[in-house]
Amino acid sequence: MAKIVIDGREVEARSDVNLLQACLEAGEDLPYFCWHPELGSVGACRQCAVKQYANAEDTRGRIVMACMTPVTEGAIISVEDPEAKEFRGEVVEWLMTNHPHDCPVCEEGGECHLQDMTVMTGHRERRYRFDKRTHNNQDLGPFVKHEMNRCIACYRCVRFYRDYAGGQDLGVFASHNNVYFGRHESGTLESPFSGNLIEVCPTGVFTDKPFSKMYSRKWDMRGAPSVCSNCATGCNTIINERAGKVRRTLNRYNDEVNRYFLCDRGRFGHGWVNAPTRLRSAGYVINGDMTPVPAQAALDHFGKIAASGRLVGIGSPRASLESNYALRKLVGAGNFSTGMAEPEHSLVKLAVSLLAAGPARIATMHEMEQADGALILGEDVSATSPRMSLALRQIKRTAFNKAADQARVPHWMDASVRTLGQDTISPLFVVSPTVTDLDGFAQDAIRAMPEDAARLGFAIAHRIDASAPDVAGLSEAEAASASRIAEGLLAAEKPLLVSGLQYASAALLQATANIASALAARGKTPLISFVLPEANSMGLALMGGLSLDEIAAQTADATLIVLENDLSRRLDGAQFEALVGSAASLVVLDHSVTPTAIRSQVTFPSAAYSETDGTLVSAEGRAQRFLQVVYPDAPLQAGWRWIADMAQAAGLSHVQPWARLDDLIAEIAATMPVFARIPEAAPAADYELEGTPLRSQTHRVSGRTAIRANISVRDIPPPSSPDTPLHSTMEGSYSTDMPGTLIPFYQVPGWNSEQSLNRFQQEIGGKMRGGDCGVRLIDAAGGSGTFSSGIPEAFRARAGQVMLLPEARVFGTDEMSMMAQPIADRAAPAVVRVGGTVAEGARVRLSLGGEIFTVDAVSDPSLPEGVATCPPHMVSRSWSVPEWVSLEITAPAERVGTESAV
Amino acid sequence: MTGLNPEKQPLLALVDRETPLDPAGYDRKGGWRGLRRALGMSPAEIITEVTESKLRGRGGAGFSTGMKWSFVPKESSKERLKYIVANGDEMEPGTFKDRMLVEGNPLQLIEGMIISAYAIQARHGIIFLRGEYHLGLERLQQAVIQAREAGFLGENILGSGFDFDLHVHPSAGRYICGEETALITALEGRRANPRAKPPFPQIGGLWGAPTVVNNIETFSNIPHILANGTEWYLGLSACADGGTKLYGVSGRAKRPGVFELPLGTSLGVILNECAGGMQDGYKLRAFLPGGASTAFLGAEHADIIMDYPTPEKAGSRLGTGLAILLDDKTSPIGMIRNLEHFFAQESCGWCTPCRDGLPWVERLLIAIEEGRGTQEDIDRLHDAARLIGPMGRTFCAHAPGAIAPLASGLKMFAEDFQRMVSKPASGTAESGAAGQAA
Repeated sequence: MAKIVIDGREVEARSDVNLLQACLEAGEDLPYFCWHPELGSVGACRQCAVKQYANAEDTRGRIVMACMTPVTEGAIISVEDPEAKEFRGEVVEWLMTNHPHDCPVCEEGGECHLQDMTVMTGHRERRYRFDKRTHNNQDLGPFVKHEMNRCIACYRCVRFYRDYAGGQDLGVFASHNNVYFGRHESGTLESPFSGNLIEVCPTGVFTDKPFSKMYSRKWDMRGAPSVCSNCATGCNTIINERAGKVRRTLNRYNDEVNRYFLCDRGRFGHGWVNAPTRLRSAGYVINGDMTPVPAQAALDHFGKIAASGRLVGIGSPRASLESNYALRKLVGAGNFSTGMAEPEHSLVKLAVSLLAAGPARIATMHEMEQADGALILGEDVSATSPRMSLALRQIKRTAFNKAADQARVPHWMDASVRTLGQDTISPLFVVSPTVTDLDGFAQDAIRAMPEDAARLGFAIAHRIDASAPDVAGLSEAEAASASRIAEGLLAAEKPLLVSGLQYASAALLQATANIASALAARGKTPLISFVLPEANSMGLALMGGLSLDEIAAQTADATLIVLENDLSRRLDGAQFEALVGSAASLVVLDHSVTPTAIRSQVTFPSAAYSETDGTLVSAEGRAQRFLQVVYPDAPLQAGWRWIADMAQAAGLSHVQPWARLDDLIAEIAATMPVFARIPEAAPAADYELEGTPLRSQTHRVSGRTAIRANISVRDIPPPSSPDTPLHSTMEGSYSTDMPGTLIPFYQVPGWNSEQSLNRFQQEIGGKMRGGDCGVRLIDAAGGSGTFSSGIPEAFRARAGQVMLLPEARVFGTDEMSMMAQPIADRAAPAVVRVGGTVAEGARVRLSLGGEIFTVDAVSDPSLPEGVATCPPHMVSRSWSVPEWVSLEITAPAERVGTESAV
Repeated sequence: MTGLNPEKQPLLALVDRETPLDPAGYDRKGGWRGLRRALGMSPAEIITEVTESKLRGRGGAGFSTGMKWSFVPKESSKERLKYIVANGDEMEPGTFKDRMLVEGNPLQLIEGMIISAYAIQARHGIIFLRGEYHLGLERLQQAVIQAREAGFLGENILGSGFDFDLHVHPSAGRYICGEETALITALEGRRANPRAKPPFPQIGGLWGAPTVVNNIETFSNIPHILANGTEWYLGLSACADGGTKLYGVSGRAKRPGVFELPLGTSLGVILNECAGGMQDGYKLRAFLPGGASTAFLGAEHADIIMDYPTPEKAGSRLGTGLAILLDDKTSPIGMIRNLEHFFAQESCGWCTPCRDGLPWVERLLIAIEEGRGTQEDIDRLHDAARLIGPMGRTFCAHAPGAIAPLASGLKMFAEDFQRMVSKPASGTAESGAAGQAA
């Protein structure tokens, strides 16, 4: 820390930051544009000018850019100095020479950093009287809208897109005041992180296209803290609602998890909650059609069914802990399935047990960013956990920072650090059967089939610690790779190991765990992470239960209750029929229409994550609470409330209704030790700040009555729920000291954009003032770990058969996000990639789960002969694990003259 | 050039604009002597000698060359990757001296670069040449090939054990490439935006490696310093700093051109003796002493000593040493508008005051020149000069350079400006030429 003086006020400032950060942390209103808390300083916009004095005797001082000037002990600066203020006002006036002043029709209006900064500098009068330059806009695809005339050329977009996220197709063109930020031509932005441009852009150049179609001003929307359910990473989000519809998803800062950025699946994958595929009433399925019935009738019907026999329950890794627990309680632990089929069920359990028993700490994403040596073993993280891959991308920064330290350049001087680091090699090793997005800057990107990747992993462990079992029969190249990676990991101070379930290989998980144990045996403190398939995979593994394969033996003549789970994605046609067909009746509780729901006798509509509250456990073992932003119309309610109602209807007294979510959470914590800490994931519904409950509306929300005037002009009381600590009112409390888990939106006086986040943090980029987000349920056991010797045989191609591997995709292979239109629009059609060469336009014919599919084929020279990939769930609904298949390539068919008719 | 004395005018003496010397011819005329001597010295000795010779950078900033080199990390070229770069992006309006050197005696530049590379222990050199210098490019490329064939480039140069090779890189255009960090960035294949310091190029330059960028004229001095020694070099000069300087004038002089003269020669000598004085019927009204980005000096300074400190004391800079003359029959507002058009167009677009401030300045000047200006417009120009001009307000020196002729011109030609805004207004619409100039 250093003492600095700002306008005569002595403040403590961190000595490893710049004066802009110091001023902001000291509560000063110092405007800026090009600086971004995660992207650092480049000195482009010149907006944060302050006066700096050489010493106490210096009365003249000189103008410096605060973002480019390090904090030094005793520094004397003035923000209020007239010359500095004049200059800052002039900078905004310059920026405004070409800005169109179209705030009333701009989606950014009301949460625009440029508006805030303009007001802050006091620039009001427009003296520029000449024509403005204009630009053509581009169609950037289904996610991001482009309005270049608003651009103030802060360069944040390209710095995020290219430097931070590794994208190639957004750049800056032309020069002087004609600089243009876009693609070389119209087209969908390729980066799966493009949506962050919306928040990174300080004005309305890049805006949220799906949001634009159902637009509302920030101040008119209710907000709620949520947790992304589109993968197992557990990114924190804010969801916005107006008039009963979820409007958009924004990033919510969690210093250990997603920090400032989301992936596009997370940001644009929420639309299914508003989609026609939602179940909105209880129903009977008659002749394959869902027929709405009153909820009480459906419950009574259920009561009759349930009275006649056993209950079997299938839970879901995409449902909350609370709903899963309620079902488990209703049917009994012995009749409860995690909802996962083999091999996923066993693999998730294995992953959790390896994490809990091993010596390596589970890495947070923020820790991943800081690793100085990492191995990604047999997982395409860029597709299975995109946000994690963005964190892994930052590993190169570790190497850059070392170069910067040598040149005594502070880490926040972003462009300088990148200059110095540009020739350094990132200590990252990628081993994967297919090309991954992280290969580009890895020290080594090794192509290996899952078995061979696992063998390499075992060999690395042995080379790190000889007591780990060795692998016989490695090729010379493999042995050399193993030694090189072992050396790289041993040289690291913070080695990181990442694997996952993409290739359904227990050996990959065990090999990764062996490396962790070997590193621990050598005195290292490794970090580890396993990518899991779904938002609550970890929670279900911790809760325990039977696999779908096991429960199938118990469903005969039972009443089968399926909670928020589409079994047709997990079981092939025959398995599905066997399980469902053997049950006396099928009762489905879900928020969307699925093939499983269509097979049920009775369905109950459950509330989506945006309409209820609950807990998910991320792959990191972090229990996190999502809060409702929508107050759904009856009969929609949380899964666990339905289950309590079903128990009542069936006269099953062992399940009594829970009045509030907190009662259920308390019961789970009390009865299941592994969940003992989940009450800490977020404050309870009775939380008050400074003696007042929290509000989820801004203090200037408008049109409360007008918006439903077409229905009734009567004022209606605000909706409420006993489950959430946020209240749908303008009058509750809201402050920068509120817990990070309860923040419904970011706003402080003078700062209406998401940049106001700075004020909610203890220090910029650090912890939230109101405390951490979520609670870790499991972590490393410590000690030295044990070694597995389950080394697989090397991969061998088979004559006449092809090994079909799942090709994970950011867009297309995930269940719920594909029910959101923007994601469906963004998803590329399914193709089978075939090792070796296939003719252009060729198709493949293959049999999966007893069905025959014909799919377009493309050749993938990075795959060996005899291997192909196929996106899971996109061709065969259920297929997702590697399988030997017969694959027949058909030559491109002759075009038949049918086009003339068009 | 025929008739020049190599003892007095070493830079131009061997310049042959028809057929430049080949390595053997260059050798016969006394070339390579500096290199031969340098390779027998230690790098540190060379840096000391160059520092003592008081050679200052000829690109415009005038920083001590020896001192610049001394900041480079001292590892040998085999231990650490380092680069030496010649800045031949001669795009300063009114400046055309480097062109003479690359077209007329490219081997002198190459020799200077080899010596400099040895001094800082760089393994690779790049000559960054203005894109429009087609003849210079051709001759440099040929000279590099010839020098390589003759053993002056490549491995183990002249048996010294020192390896060095050179590449010629024609610029894709843009004035900002003359700014050394933007030049480096352009060489990396990126947008030619200047970079923040630190790191200084000597520590982290091209591709992050230690890099020295010197002007072509600067490098061309090096062989002579090494061949003839510090004392001789200091003796060439008419002032405290060492050497000769390529001076020149453009504008309405009788014989505009470039001339090699002792550093510290007066403008009177340059204009009247070398350039033959003003054309008949024209009087000198003011001049920019060293290129477009230096401030105007009035005719009362017509005999000013063109060393480094004197023009600075008078409120301008030596710059490139090639003066642009304003005569009594040319509109100073038009001249300034023309200059600001250039600077506004050549802004790289990185920082706000330059990117958005200069185009506004240009439009104000157009409006005033066309008789559509107001008193407020003149006030706005003064504001711009005050707010953009001081160093540190903008990211690099481009905008302060652009402001130099404006700020000085506003004072010096205040009456001209006043006269233009006092005219009866010819119209009120502002969507004419001024509006469309972007």
